[in-house]
Amino acid sequence: MTITEEAPPIAPPRAETAPRTPKPVHRTRMGRTLKYVLLVIFVFVVLIPVYVLIVTSFKPPADVTASTSWGLPVRWPWQSATPGGPTGFDNWTGAWSALAPSIGRTFLLAIPAALISSFVGAMNGFVLSRWRFPHADIVFTFILFGMFIPYQAIMTPLVQMKTALGLPSDISTLLMVHVIYGLPICTLIFRNYYVSIPMELMEASRMDGAGMLRTFASIVLPLSLPGFVVTIIWQFTNAWNDFLFAMFLSDTGGGPVSLALNNLAQGAQLANYGTAMAGALIASLPTLLVYIILGKYFIGGLMSGSVK
Amino acid sequence: MRKGVRNWGPPLLLVSPTILILGIFVYGLIAANIQVSTTNRHSLSPQSEFVGLENYLALLSEDRFLHSLFNLVVFTVVFIAGTMLFGFIWAWMLDKGVNAEGMFRSVFLFPMAISFVASGVVWRWLLNSAEGDRASGLNRIFETLGLGFLQNAWWNEPIWGMAAIAMPAIWQLSGYVMALFLAGFRGIPQELREAARMDGASEWKLYRFVVFPQLSPIALSALIIVSHMSLKVFDLIMSVTGSIYQTEVPATYMWVTLTSNDYAKSATIATILLLLASLFIIPYLIQTWRSEKADR
Repeated sequence: MTITEEAPPIAPPRAETAPRTPKPVHRTRMGRTLKYVLLVIFVFVVLIPVYVLIVTSFKPPADVTASTSWGLPVRWPWQSATPGGPTGFDNWTGAWSALAPSIGRTFLLAIPAALISSFVGAMNGFVLSRWRFPHADIVFTFILFGMFIPYQAIMTPLVQMKTALGLPSDISTLLMVHVIYGLPICTLIFRNYYVSIPMELMEASRMDGAGMLRTFASIVLPLSLPGFVVTIIWQFTNAWNDFLFAMFLSDTGGGPVSLALNNLAQGAQLANYGTAMAGALIASLPTLLVYIILGKYFIGGLMSGSVK
Repeated sequence: MRKGVRNWGPPLLLVSPTILILGIFVYGLIAANIQVSTTNRHSLSPQSEFVGLENYLALLSEDRFLHSLFNLVVFTVVFIAGTMLFGFIWAWMLDKGVNAEGMFRSVFLFPMAISFVASGVVWRWLLNSAEGDRASGLNRIFETLGLGFLQNAWWNEPIWGMAAIAMPAIWQLSGYVMALFLAGFRGIPQELREAARMDGASEWKLYRFVVFPQLSPIALSALIIVSHMSLKVFDLIMSVTGSIYQTEVPATYMWVTLTSNDYAKSATIATILLLLASLFIIPYLIQTWRSEKADR
């Protein structure tokens, strides 16, 4: 399996585009039923954590007991056991006020990180595939290596560097880090994408003596939208869900939502799990929406970023 | 390739910022990490001297580090077994043709879109170690179903606790392995299967001699990818248990040492992680490089 294969040209993985060949008929009706029963059981099992998250997030602390912990909330989320007491909605408002500032910051982190790495990745991918220079393959391998390392291997000197330069413990430092370590994968995705699409027009323009930047801007960029969708989704999801860099390089006062959520959750005992669960749902919403709306592009990034 | 600096100058110039930045932040920092790991910089004080491999020898004979390695091995074995098993079964069932395949696929894959920090919240609840009347989470299910004997302390179990920590990881990544296997199944030419059937191969023989050999490169890739992820596991453990001794792995141990400013020790752990990772990366890169060459 090659990297080229693994990053299917763009987005739709082979699983989705493969022509539907007629399948052999099942030998027995029972085998068929059994398969569906099993699949549905698996679906239920996979969704158990989601059920728990949603149900628990609507239970006010007073309604939580060990014996009813799996049950539906005993009253509507706006009702309370005692008049004026805590309701199920309080979990959500509590979680929201704990996370809201960091959610704003995470958008300010993840969106620019995605855009900058994608744009630089597109330029790199272009010259490494379509406007090559001697030893371009060596340069490509040199760049690619960065996505295979465990980031722990650079963390100690990175933290030392941050201290030495007096960089702030907030999203500006994280933005720089995400842009830098996103470059290899974005370069890889764009290189494979540009290899996969025909570019007679570009060759013609090159023959006519058009310069590299002009060719890139006027001919290649307009064709690059699918590549951008994949890299932007990939980078956005990664920056949004990142916890490692956030822990080492930022603090809860200036860090992203993963840090704030962890802070909220570590304090949770059985009684106030509701707030932590509401927080987990809130913090997951942006990436979940991306997955639901742009699922096939998400999978495209997944397949190419597999080792990350 | 056209000759002359006019031809190769501009493209090289365009990638040069990336080369420079990655040169510093990947290669430079790895070198710096190795350098720090050979000094005695165990505190904030910048004075340090070269001590050779002393840190490595100390670490490899330290019970705490060996314990974290043992935890990592338990976690990795269970994690790999689980993701490969579910990933394969799901792909296999879906490949045989299913109504609403897209729905099943989306459900199996969606946990990948969620961060370990978010899923850690719910898994901490599910893996609650209380038993009997006080049981909640999975233990409560066992209690209710009359399977009380299955109740256990999950990650609080002394030796095999890490196997419980692997459960969320399996939940999160089996769908990904399924996607890999599904792509593999779909990549097997239909004619191959037809031909085998024509020759009267039984279903088992079809799998044994046609399907499995065709899938083995995918299985190898999946194995390498999952092992590589396992090696770095950090988020999940931090969010389910925090950095405690019981569930310590090298990556969380490194966090403990770095936050206590023991730079030399944390760099040493990191170098060992990098070496372990290269056990997986290098064969992967070689395999990739070979098959890319074969494609040309």
